[in-house]
Amino acid sequence: MNAHDEDRMKKLLQQALPPVDSDAGPSRDLWPAVQRKMKSEPIAPPLFSCVWFDWALLAALVAFVAFLPQSIPVFLYYL
Amino acid sequence: MRNDTSNVLNAFRQGSPEASEAACETLFRLHQRAVYGWILRIVRNPATAEELTVETFWRIYQARARFEPSRGFEGWARRVATHAALDWLRSMRREIELPEDCSAELAAPPIVDAAVSAEIRRKTALAFSRLAPKLRIAATLVVVEEQPHKEVAEALGISVAAVKLRVFRALRLLRKDLQQQGITP
Repeated sequence: MNAHDEDRMKKLLQQALPPVDSDAGPSRDLWPAVQRKMKSEPIAPPLFSCVWFDWALLAALVAFVAFLPQSIPVFLYYL
Repeated sequence: MRNDTSNVLNAFRQGSPEASEAACETLFRLHQRAVYGWILRIVRNPATAEELTVETFWRIYQARARFEPSRGFEGWARRVATHAALDWLRSMRREIELPEDCSAELAAPPIVDAAVSAEIRRKTALAFSRLAPKLRIAATLVVVEEQPHKEVAEALGISVAAVKLRVFRALRLLRKDLQQQGITP
């Protein structure tokens, strides 16, 4: 896609999606809803706060050690 | 004035639960309009934008201990709002299609080119709604809303170059989708 195509796509997208009114505000006072949510949903314990990659890495490590138990001293050495 | 703001931010971050809540209300009153407007630009639906504004300030309150006053509240709030909107777009991805009356709900009228038919505009909007949310957010904010790259990059927590790349990828995939439908943009 060259620069000309890119400009055409931008114009088409601008026509398909009209810009919103930047001065728009909410139709009602939202603070009571925020307060209700603050009271009804306390802080969740970060049990699963690790990203999926951390879990995948841990699983791979466990699998590796299970299949090659002789590698355990090597891991312990580098810990 | 600066001291007042600083006091509010400190109370928000480190105060007692009551002081934090009071400071949160002050910050909410100061920034709710900007946060709502930013979310509306992304989700393009007033009711959803209201819902996500509530979610954003709840997340802000929950994460107040991690807030760094030196980096400013507005940018942080915008970043939390962007992530709340992104989560919503991801959760709605299979269900959402841009409503046909989308333009009716929004105050600003579309800039209509007579050469582009309503059918093509509708198909473009639908094809756009099928893009990955992270590409859609970048393209909506940069191309449609004409927000500065730097601001969008800060809100998404990525570099300016990454924003440009996402916009380019969004436009390229959109073009490909339209071409598959027999539309040559």
